[in-house]
Amino acid sequence: MELLPVLNYLAFFLVFAGIFAVMALGLNLQWGFCGLFNVGVAGFVAVGAYASALLTGPPEPERFGGFGLPVAVGWLGAMGFSGLAALVVGLAALRLREDYLAITTFGIAVVIQLVALNAQALTGGPFGIQSIPKPFADALGTGLGWNLAYLGLVLAVLGLAWWALERLVASPWGRVLRAIREDELAAASLGKRASAFRLQSFVIGCMLMGLAGAMYAHFVGYIAPEDFLPVLTFQIWAMLIVGGSGRNAGAVLGAVLVWAIWSAAGTLIREALPAAEQARGAALQVVLIGVLIAAILVLRPRGVLGERATVSRHAG
Amino acid sequence: MSRVLVAEGVTKGFGGPPVVDGVSFALARGTITGLIGPNGAGKTTLFNLIAASLAPDRGSITLDGARIDGLRPDEVFARGLARTFQIPRPFPAMTVLENVMLAPQGQPGERFWANWLSPGAVAAEERRNRGRALEWLDFVGLAKLAGQPASVLSGGQRKLLELARVLVAEPKLILLDEPGAGVAPPLLAIIMEKIAALNARGITFLVIEHNMDLVMTLCRPVMVLAQGRLLLEGSPEEVKRDPRVVEAYLG
Repeated sequence: MELLPVLNYLAFFLVFAGIFAVMALGLNLQWGFCGLFNVGVAGFVAVGAYASALLTGPPEPERFGGFGLPVAVGWLGAMGFSGLAALVVGLAALRLREDYLAITTFGIAVVIQLVALNAQALTGGPFGIQSIPKPFADALGTGLGWNLAYLGLVLAVLGLAWWALERLVASPWGRVLRAIREDELAAASLGKRASAFRLQSFVIGCMLMGLAGAMYAHFVGYIAPEDFLPVLTFQIWAMLIVGGSGRNAGAVLGAVLVWAIWSAAGTLIREALPAAEQARGAALQVVLIGVLIAAILVLRPRGVLGERATVSRHAG
Repeated sequence: MSRVLVAEGVTKGFGGPPVVDGVSFALARGTITGLIGPNGAGKTTLFNLIAASLAPDRGSITLDGARIDGLRPDEVFARGLARTFQIPRPFPAMTVLENVMLAPQGQPGERFWANWLSPGAVAAEERRNRGRALEWLDFVGLAKLAGQPASVLSGGQRKLLELARVLVAEPKLILLDEPGAGVAPPLLAIIMEKIAALNARGITFLVIEHNMDLVMTLCRPVMVLAQGRLLLEGSPEEVKRDPRVVEAYLG
């Protein structure tokens, strides 16, 4: 077996795992630390991906944008727009009880996906947006070197997000989030304005999802509405549950594990099934992850890692 | 004696007849006032109204002269009015110490940006906070369990944790909802002793309680609530002798 394709695939695999890990970290901040049931992950990822694609892409006469801005601006813009979307949704929906928040976020994600599909002048419609610039591609080409460089970038972002979140959840701010997750009424009776903290947690989590969406867009080079279907939300939830919600390490580990199983299952289905059955066979991936979640919930209800007793780092 | 809390004509219903019906009273500073009455008299609803978990339909509640009805529960707590729950509500997955460290008001580290812009100030405040939390845990006798998750505590210990949790925020008035219910006798003696000691330091209490030992020992005066109305207020002895009280309890 040649080394180069293996290395290339490994880089490809890890870039995706890293991008999913950033999304899972965002969800962990919302669900794992604050108990917010966000089932609209794909929608906020889409906002980030489209925002960065439009900000950085070459001008396109057929639709709004490309503004040809640097990729870094695109990524910051992705966080800004997904954060803004989360702020609007959060202001409206975080007043609602848990189950209503779930329905609302799910609905929002579907709406965002439908807008992406139909607002042709803004999003390119079903064909999506092509030729999204790949950072450093001028210098590195688009081969293994570029894949590795992008992997480095993704890991740097992941590391930064990890460091920031670890610091935050071990701060008094994170302590309030955990208290709200445990018992919102009791937290309010101790002087904590729950709605403000829930909103902050929701917006910051969604900004990470948007950033991950932008990283996805610039790695693949094109995006289309079908990249942001509810199955993406399902995948991220699976990662968090399998890895262990309430722990950042759990979110990252879950992202790698679930993405590995998802990819392996996909390869297996492609190899094993005749061409005519492949589309239906792909549904087996979802089934497999569903079975995995069920197994984890039975065997290790708190995920592979589970929550460690987090104590404020000053209290340790 | 000055009045800490004044309620005037407080009324609350949930669609049917009012559960709390035109209740007016004043709490004198430095007292332990008992609130007794049969089940369903509206005692806990009255607590929820005072602590702003519920908004009254009519009437006003003032704390040190300022209206507090219509505020949010967190705002009322920030003004120095704390409450505990009939069934204690600790944060089970958090440690006993963290449960207490949560409560102080105006912590700089609770602001998102302060953790990045002034980490030194946050860390210094956390060290002070930790010290105070441990002192109050020591006061209620839970210092040994500081590092344990609150889920391991017994019912009585949970009541003590709730007490430590509000004490660290240095409130002037504490509402205790049945501090003695479901507590083993030795622990009950400790709880009563702690309430008396805190009262000696100047904290005012309003206590819902069914345990008559606790009421007779600690509470001066005692208010009796029946069917949402304040029946009478007096010394424990007066209340005990009053035929209306017996009638209210026996229906």
